[in-house]
Amino acid sequence: MNTQEALLNFCLRLADNNMIAAQRLAEWCSRGPILEEDLALTNISLDLFGQAENFYEYAATLQNNGKTADDLAFLRSEREYFNNLLVEQPNGDFAFSTMKQFLYAAFAKPLYEALQASKDETLKGITSKAVKEIKYHLRHSSEWLVRFGNGTEESLKRSQTALNELWRYTDDMFLMNDNDKALIEAGISIDLNTVKASFMATVNEIFKAAHLSIPETNNIITGGCNAIHSEHLGVMLCEMQYLQRAHPGAQW
Amino acid sequence: MSTQEESLKKFQQRIDADEKIEPRDWMPENYRKTLIRQISQHAHSEVIGMQPEGNWVLRAPSLRAKKILLAKIQDEGGHGLYLYSAAETFGVSRAEMIQQLQEGKAKYSSIFNYPTLTWADMGAIGWLVDGAAIVNQTMLAKCSYGPYARAMLRICKEEGFHQRQGYEIMGKMMNGTPAQREMAQDAMNRFWWPSLMMFGPPDTESAHSAESMNWKIKVESNDKLRQRFIDRTVEQAHHIGLTVPDKDLKFNKETMHWEFGPINWDEFWTVVKGNGPCNHQRMNHHIHYHNEGAWVREAASAYERKISAN
Repeated sequence: MNTQEALLNFCLRLADNNMIAAQRLAEWCSRGPILEEDLALTNISLDLFGQAENFYEYAATLQNNGKTADDLAFLRSEREYFNNLLVEQPNGDFAFSTMKQFLYAAFAKPLYEALQASKDETLKGITSKAVKEIKYHLRHSSEWLVRFGNGTEESLKRSQTALNELWRYTDDMFLMNDNDKALIEAGISIDLNTVKASFMATVNEIFKAAHLSIPETNNIITGGCNAIHSEHLGVMLCEMQYLQRAHPGAQW
Repeated sequence: MSTQEESLKKFQQRIDADEKIEPRDWMPENYRKTLIRQISQHAHSEVIGMQPEGNWVLRAPSLRAKKILLAKIQDEGGHGLYLYSAAETFGVSRAEMIQQLQEGKAKYSSIFNYPTLTWADMGAIGWLVDGAAIVNQTMLAKCSYGPYARAMLRICKEEGFHQRQGYEIMGKMMNGTPAQREMAQDAMNRFWWPSLMMFGPPDTESAHSAESMNWKIKVESNDKLRQRFIDRTVEQAHHIGLTVPDKDLKFNKETMHWEFGPINWDEFWTVVKGNGPCNHQRMNHHIHYHNEGAWVREAASAYERKISAN
């Protein structure tokens, strides 16, 4: 595996994760439980779109074939998207979206922290800016989980239900393929198992405070990094890519 | 002279001297009522206005367009927050104001009862709707009630950015493919007249104007503000090749104003009274998601109670 190709693929994975998570969060616009929370969710969405743009721009530079960041976001299909399965799951209720956001941020924070030691200067630059944002996202979602766990019976039930549904997609975030192997050897990326330890520490700490227990399940689903998705992604892309697909070559 | 009359006289003197009225100052009951009505209506407009723009967030055609639109909608929500706070200075709570909105007792700007059908509508809303709002809000920044005037100053700065981004969308589309130009002109045709209606009925028929002008809640009339908006906007439309959908539009070299055709006030009143294309949809959406979020608000309050008890 050529390192340049592996790096391109890895950047797309990071970009796609942020893009799809941001698109899901943007669905909350005008639908939040209180105005402040409507703003907080779209604010996180905006951060993630910004991170996606940075990774897409770097991917476009690496690809060096005249394609832009927008081409990468809006003109690739579901079998060319490398995001993790977690972020493409439908929003559900506010507890479900919060849990999804929490699990993603608990993964992205240690990943970005580790990538600050990358031998690739651009990746280092993008992730050191992103890590500040992701820390806030993690704090925001953690605080809500603790509120749910210590709020009402209903709020606890809803957040446990969300965890039961979403836990099956968490292993997918740590799945590695040949690209990862090439990047670990080159000192550009890291073994995702090291990130998992940090992820588990965060998760255990917050779940304890939020009275949540990790479900025991054999139903573990993976495939995002190999572009094997759930049925939800294609529908999202239809909506997201509609104008670019319907008006090829138009400038907006 | 009774105490009440004396207070009223002093109040009017302060207004005439261009002093700002602050929350703890004496004020006539009607001044208070008018401002609660107006500020809460303004806050509700910002919040309901998130819906027609939110309709295009998921379909925004580029990363840049998505970020700008999302940031703009957030600004609107933020304006809603400061306006609710400005109204709360009168001792009315946000929950009460929301209840009045949902019961149909409080209104919001009728412009948001029109649907956003194409991406060009994001341009038309930013350029025309926010453009009209700026003209009105620049006037309100000079109003006599301190908290409202100060909220307006901050809001006007952000609206300036919104208007530019809307105009940029229209400009790009007018420079684009035939389909894009068609969408831009179509959005112009649909949003032009409703934007003119945003300034409210003509001065001869405006129910609240005289007293509001006297107390400097409004400092300029509906018709004067409308004319200012038209004079500004017609030139901008021509600059990017858009046609203003008004066959009577002509420039009067003596008055230096654009003269315009009759506004369909029947349409205006139909929409104000709740029978516009999206009145029902906007209110249903607001009520639905407010109710969906009830358990979240209850959980947050229960948690706060537990924390403060410990």
